[in-house]
Amino acid sequence: MSEQFSVKKYLRDLPLPFCPGCGAMTVMSEFLRAVHELGHDDLSKFVFCSGIGCSAWIPSPYFMADSVHTLHGRSIPAATGIKLMRPDVDVVVFGGDGDIVGIGLSHFIHAARRNLDIFVIMVNNMIYGMTGGQVAPTTPFKSITTTTPYGSFEHPLDAARLAVTAGACYVARWTTAQPNELKESMKKALGIRGFRFVEAVSQCPTAFGRRAGFKNAGEMLKWFKENVIPIHQAEKMTEEALGGKIVVGEFIQRQRPTLVENIYKAIEEAQEGNEKS
Amino acid sequence: MKKKPERNTHFWQGNEACAEAAIVAGCRFFAGYPITPASEIAEYLGKKLPIAGGIAMQMEDELASIGAVVGASWAGAKSMTATSGPGFSLMQETIGYAFMTETPCVIVDVQRLGPSTGQATKCGQGDVMQARWGTHGDYSAIALSPNSVQEMFELTIKAFNLAEKYRTPVILLADEEIAHMREQVTIPSLESIEIVNRRKPKLGETAFFGLEEVPPMPTVGEGYNVAVTGSTHNEYGIRFTADPNVHKRLVERLNSKIQDHADELAEAETHSIDDCQIGIISFGCTSRAIYEAVEKAEAIGVTVGYARLKTIWPFPEKIVKKLAKTAEKIIVPEMNLKQLYYEVQRVAGGSSEIIALNKIGGGELITPEELTAKIMESVKD
Repeated sequence: MSEQFSVKKYLRDLPLPFCPGCGAMTVMSEFLRAVHELGHDDLSKFVFCSGIGCSAWIPSPYFMADSVHTLHGRSIPAATGIKLMRPDVDVVVFGGDGDIVGIGLSHFIHAARRNLDIFVIMVNNMIYGMTGGQVAPTTPFKSITTTTPYGSFEHPLDAARLAVTAGACYVARWTTAQPNELKESMKKALGIRGFRFVEAVSQCPTAFGRRAGFKNAGEMLKWFKENVIPIHQAEKMTEEALGGKIVVGEFIQRQRPTLVENIYKAIEEAQEGNEKS
Repeated sequence: MKKKPERNTHFWQGNEACAEAAIVAGCRFFAGYPITPASEIAEYLGKKLPIAGGIAMQMEDELASIGAVVGASWAGAKSMTATSGPGFSLMQETIGYAFMTETPCVIVDVQRLGPSTGQATKCGQGDVMQARWGTHGDYSAIALSPNSVQEMFELTIKAFNLAEKYRTPVILLADEEIAHMREQVTIPSLESIEIVNRRKPKLGETAFFGLEEVPPMPTVGEGYNVAVTGSTHNEYGIRFTADPNVHKRLVERLNSKIQDHADELAEAETHSIDDCQIGIISFGCTSRAIYEAVEKAEAIGVTVGYARLKTIWPFPEKIVKKLAKTAEKIIVPEMNLKQLYYEVQRVAGGSSEIIALNKIGGGELITPEELTAKIMESVKD
C-alpha cells in the first residue's frame, strides 16, 4: 500500500445521492478500499456497468472511471459486449437486488452459465428502494411493503445459491455489518477470473426498515449481526431453523474456462480452419 | 500459378447479403436471438464473423442482444443485431438508450406479419411506425428500406456508415420477401466502397455528449473516464435531471442532428416525379410491383411518376413534395393498414389526393396487376 486510504482519490467531486444510513455507502467504500489494498492508485483498469436503482449510483457517475449506466436490468448485457470486445479491462457490475435478480435475472443466470469474466456486486436491500419501498424478489416472507400492506406472501430468492448452481467461479455473501469480510471477498473476487458474485445484504432504513419496525440504520445492522449464520454452520441446520436467518460466507470458489477464453479460442480455430481450406 | 480472379458476383439470399455487407462495413460484434425471418443473418455471421476476427453471440433474449450490442459499441466495435417485429418490440427501450447515449449501432428488422405472433413466416410491412416511434420520448430515427438483395448489401453498409457518422442507432427496415429471396449481387471492389468510422476524441477533449452537433466518441478502457447514462446528462456525460434547460438542449440536439439532415439523408429511386398525372410512393418488397405497373400505364398514355423510398425515416419530404406538385393523385401501396399513407397525406395532402392501396394477410404481395388497376381507376375518377 503506497499511501493512506482515502475514497476521495477515486471519486468525482459530486454530492452523493444516498439517504442517511444507507448501506450502499459501506459497499462503495469497502470496494474502493479493496481496490486500494490491491495497489490500484486509480480506476483506469476497470470499466463499471450498472442498471437502475439506488445501488446503480455507486459507480456512476461518482467513480472517476469509465462507467456505463444502462437501463433497469440490463447492466450485464452491456458488460457482456464490453468484456468480449475489451478482454483486457476488468468489468465490474454494481446493482441492486431488483436490478440483478428481478428484472435482470435471466442475464445473471446466463452470464454465470457462460462464465463471463465479470465481477457482479449485488447490494441486496430486500426492497425496491428508489421507487419508494415496493416488494422485491428478495423481500423476506410476511414483510410489510408499500405493495404488500398485509405482508409479503412470497418467499425470497437466494441469489448466492442460484449463482453457484448457474456456474459462477466465486460466490460470497456478507452483510454491511461485516465490512471487513465484505472487503476481503471483493479483493479475492478481483484477483480471479470468470464470473464472480458478491452479495452484500444491506440496510435500507428509508424504504424497508421503517415499515419493518426498525427505528434507524443502526437497528438494522444489529438485526444483521444477530441473524447471520456462517455457511459451514448453516449446512448442519434444518430449513426450518434457518427461517429468517442470513447465511453468510464463501459459497464457492472454483476454476472453469471462461467465456473470453472459449470465444477467442473458437475464433482462432475458425481462422485456422479457413486458412487450411 | 495463375491467381484466382476475385469473385464479385454472387447469388445470395437477402439475409446473406446483409451479413456479408456487415463484415465489409467493419462490423466485429453481432448479438442476436433466433427469430423468423431474420435467423439466417445470425447463422451466417456465426460462420463468417469469427474468420474476420469478430464475435457473433447468441444471447438469452432480444433485451440482452441489443444490450450487448450497445456495450460492444462503447468498447469500440461496430456492432449489429438482427430481429423481426416481436424482437424489435423488445429492443425498443434500449434503442432509446442508444439514441440518448449516442451509441452507434445497426438494428436489422426483417418485418413479418404482426401484430403479436401474427403470421410468423409471412411477409408484412407493419413496422414502419414502430421504426419511427417505437421507443418512448422524443426520438428521431434513421431507417432504410431495401427492395432487392443488392440493396440489402448496399443499405447495410450505408446503415453502418450513418450510425458512425451521426452516432446514433440506425434501423435497416427489411422485410421477409427481400430477406429470403435470392438474386444476383454485384460487389464493387472493396477499395471503392466508402466506409465511415466514428470520430474519436483528441487528447484533452472531454465533451463527449455535446457542444457540437455530433461529439467525438471515446472507447471505454482507454482512460477517458467517460460516464455514459440514459438519464438526462450534460455535455460531459454527468447526469443532470433538475435543470429543464439541460434536457431541452440535449434532446433538441439529438433530434435536430438527424432532422436537420433529412434532405441529405433522403435517398430514393425516382421516375418522372416532376411531370406526371399519377404518382406512387412505395418502399421495400411492395415497390417491386411499380415497374411493370408503370410500364403498362404508360403504354396506354397515362404518365406515372414514382418515388421508391430507400430512406423511410427521416421522411423524405422534399422528394414527396416535388411529386405532389405535379401529380393530381398519389397512390401509396403498402402491406399494412395505411402506415406510410398518413405520412404522405401529411406532407402532400394539401396539393394531391392521396390514395391508399393496402394488403395484409398470408404474406401476399401487391401485384403489378392490382397496382395497374388502381392507377386506371384513379385516372377515370
